[in-house]
Amino acid sequence: MTRLLVEQKVLNENQRIAAELRGRFRQNNVFCLNLVSSPGSGKTSLLERTLAAFPDNTHVAVLTGDIQTENDARRLARFGFPVRQITTGGTCHLDARMVEKHLADWNLGDLDMLLIENVGNLVCPSSYDLGEHAKVVLLSVTEGEDKPLKYPSIFVKSELMVLNKLDLLPYVPFSVEQARENARRVHPGIEIIELSCMTGDGLDRWLDWLRLNRTRNFAMSSA
Amino acid sequence: MHELSIAAAILDRVAAEAARYAGARFTKVGVRVGELSGVDPDALSFGFEALTRESPWERLALEIEYCRRKQRCRQCQQTFQSANYETQCPKCGAENTILVAGEELDIAFIETEDE
Repeated sequence: MTRLLVEQKVLNENQRIAAELRGRFRQNNVFCLNLVSSPGSGKTSLLERTLAAFPDNTHVAVLTGDIQTENDARRLARFGFPVRQITTGGTCHLDARMVEKHLADWNLGDLDMLLIENVGNLVCPSSYDLGEHAKVVLLSVTEGEDKPLKYPSIFVKSELMVLNKLDLLPYVPFSVEQARENARRVHPGIEIIELSCMTGDGLDRWLDWLRLNRTRNFAMSSA
Repeated sequence: MHELSIAAAILDRVAAEAARYAGARFTKVGVRVGELSGVDPDALSFGFEALTRESPWERLALEIEYCRRKQRCRQCQQTFQSANYETQCPKCGAENTILVAGEELDIAFIETEDE
């Protein structure tokens, strides 16, 4: 018996494409976020609120992933910014090649920000780097505050947790304090923003976070 | 459930290695799966078996080394296994610790049968 040492990432090919994308984003000063959550936590609603808050001259584009339907792209196209749907046809996550393919004819030089909405799933998207600057995980108060403990991988890999549907707090047994504690338990440095896409409460904190991190990223890539 | 595509990616790598070592008969592929990789070892084994059955890789075994989450303390440099998501340093009590293991999803080795 002979043992050949391979020592490679299983997702080497995905990693290669993601690194290429990251390089292109950096070169063109495009700040890219990868939004991940369970189905129905409010990724599309958050994007609707975000796009509605941006001035018309903002250079933002959205890629939105789903297994089937173009519904999300239709919802998001109303705001006048470029939006493209990625239908995976059964795959439970986006990978770097899908992103690369769907960016193909967009001129990154015209963009400042690219928001990617992943397929609703707390597990698989955590394995696939899309070349983003940061992952953002959404959790909603109807899901239970132990999600970070049950699905630690995505909470460990996300820079920010957005806790959505604050307006429903009076109707559900959900402890915001406990959710925060659980998230920090698996990822001590995670940032947390609480908001409601329904009422708009807390949205300014999210918009500030976007602005700050976009600027910070810009400063880093031009340094 | 993306373990089937992970298994397919492993077999792609094995095929590429087979092309480099023409004539060698591969018997086992060894992978490391971290606790935080988002991949379930049982589901991965299941997917691997499904893909290799009645294929040229029918006799290729999959060995999975499951890697627990480890943290390193920034104060005292102690490395420790993080049980129950606890990230505080058990030695000096510092809370400032960093993740050093548990995200693995690697192909470590391939074993071949000697002629």
